[in-house]
Amino acid sequence: MDFEEAEAKDLLRQAGIPVPPGELCRDAEAAAAAVSRLGRSAVKAQVPSGKRGKAGGIRLVDSAGQARAAANAILGMDIAGYRVERLLVEKCADIAQELYAAVLNDVTTRAPMILFSTAGGMDIEEITAQKPESMVRIPVDIARGPALSGKLDEDVADLVCRLYSLYLQTDAELLEVNPLVRLKGGGLLALDCKLSVDDAALFRQPALAGTGAREKLTDLERRARELGLKYIELPGDVGVLANGAGLTMTTMDVIEHCGGAPANFLEIGGDAYTKAEGALGLVLANPRVKSIIVNFCGAFARTDVMAGGVVEAWEKLKPSLPVFFSVHGTGEEEAVALIRQRLRREPYDRMEDAVRAAVAAAK
Amino acid sequence: MIVRRGDRVVVQGMTGRQGSFWTEKMLAYGTRIVGGVNPKRAGQTHVGVPVFASVRDAAQELGGVDASVMFIPPAAALAAAEDAIAAGVRLLVVLTEHIPAHDVMRMHAAAAAAGCRIVGPNTAGLVTPGEAFAGIMPAFNTRVFRPGKVGVISRSGSLGTLVCLNLVDAGHGQSAFIGIGGDPMLGTTVIDALRALEADERTAAVVLVGEIGGTMEEAAADTLATMRKPVVSFIAGRASPPGKKMGHAGAIVMGSRGSYASKRRALESAGVRVVDTPAAVAEAL
Repeated sequence: MDFEEAEAKDLLRQAGIPVPPGELCRDAEAAAAAVSRLGRSAVKAQVPSGKRGKAGGIRLVDSAGQARAAANAILGMDIAGYRVERLLVEKCADIAQELYAAVLNDVTTRAPMILFSTAGGMDIEEITAQKPESMVRIPVDIARGPALSGKLDEDVADLVCRLYSLYLQTDAELLEVNPLVRLKGGGLLALDCKLSVDDAALFRQPALAGTGAREKLTDLERRARELGLKYIELPGDVGVLANGAGLTMTTMDVIEHCGGAPANFLEIGGDAYTKAEGALGLVLANPRVKSIIVNFCGAFARTDVMAGGVVEAWEKLKPSLPVFFSVHGTGEEEAVALIRQRLRREPYDRMEDAVRAAVAAAK
Repeated sequence: MIVRRGDRVVVQGMTGRQGSFWTEKMLAYGTRIVGGVNPKRAGQTHVGVPVFASVRDAAQELGGVDASVMFIPPAAALAAAEDAIAAGVRLLVVLTEHIPAHDVMRMHAAAAAAGCRIVGPNTAGLVTPGEAFAGIMPAFNTRVFRPGKVGVISRSGSLGTLVCLNLVDAGHGQSAFIGIGGDPMLGTTVIDALRALEADERTAAVVLVGEIGGTMEEAAADTLATMRKPVVSFIAGRASPPGKKMGHAGAIVMGSRGSYASKRRALESAGVRVVDTPAAVAEAL
């Protein structure tokens, strides 16, 4: 779950990391009033995307009038697919130097990693590509905590320790302050902040779960979320119902290999294997779908249970679309018998043949 | 990470519905399950196996255990893993999906400090056809698994099952199946599994079933280039759009990182035969 700057900065403030004085505004009048209080300010679109500046979502203003104009221009803007509904108006700082600091889950070391660079303001990919020598990487032993002595300036080290504590406390995947600025008068200030919290940890982060950014989902994806299903809408016309992430991706790959295009990713592996009925409803609800491939290969997920769900849904919804089956693994005999008896269809012995038939039927 | 018939295995969460179902399957297959764990039912017997309050208790009473298989929900997984690691197991099979990443990192740190190998999280487990299995794979289905010479490494259980089935259909059996898991931070990587199969006397060829996301396949290129045994690979996710988690938490392409093209290039430059469909794996062997 991603967080917008305003929510992330509330957390920084609580963790004792200095952020600029600012006000969250929903309309131009509020922005104008904020600037008349704060003086020279930045008016910043609140969307969970790193491309706000480049998209024109951040403007510097000196007066209430300029703030009103900037707010009117930015509110309602579309940035990376997100409509801007809120602005953060923040007092400008006297910047001496821009820095970069982050804590993230490092997949390679399987441990937290602290990143620090004196080339702040650029994004991490740009720093890595253009100024790799400026990047300090400090792997952390999660059982002991960060060892920073001698690696960073004292005030930076103190701030990074606070950042690390916040990262632990929020179950963050990424907590990034960029730029972190050193002020002309001394001291550090977090000008922007990006926070991504691990979805798998939201069950123990109830306070955070309610304040995260809205996700970009289609109506069908939202419906799938409510059913507890992993569904991604795609532009093609061959509907996919499979179990397990690997098998579902492979089903899509073989559809493309046979010259077709998948209409969705939808997998009912793991604990979702009892949800085949709702899942088939989702596949059918996409009006672009012209044929369906049902591809089950049961390990943990029992194919007889999944096939039972599909059969139930099929009899209820009575769709007129062609459907093709490939069923193997745990519960295979019962599943095949069920499909033969109730749907009068013959599962294909080879998955590739079932997919090829589904692609041909969609043409 | 190749499970053997003599290995003393405990099952954490054995008395639950899935734990019971799979423990009976493992026992019937020949896996030496010496104990189960459920603190509320310690002292009882379940599916013919003694139940202990902890893996530590089991290890103490039984004079040591070799491996543990965890049927434990995400919120309790870290504590269960810490128990198994403290009990001295050398192999810990973590089936659980959706364990918070910070807990996974703590698990890996504890395992590394104790010299315990974690397989997973989010793995379907390990199978040594004709000997034993630990996890949730249909080892007992003779159309999927048969003793043979092909070592199979797979991130996915479902796709791994399909590939194994295709192998058996084509007349090949398996020396071992190593499910490494669909999570982003795995205890056993592609490199670890390749090294184990290269060293395994019964393995003559290796099938690597990868998927988009992360850089594990790319990181294995140097290991692959020096292997004596032939390797065939299928990588799932060629048709998947970037920026989306494709079911597995680890299966996401960020920019060019983790992409199908990058993996295929890395594997082919290391001399691996990369095929376009699962059925082509057996043909390429």
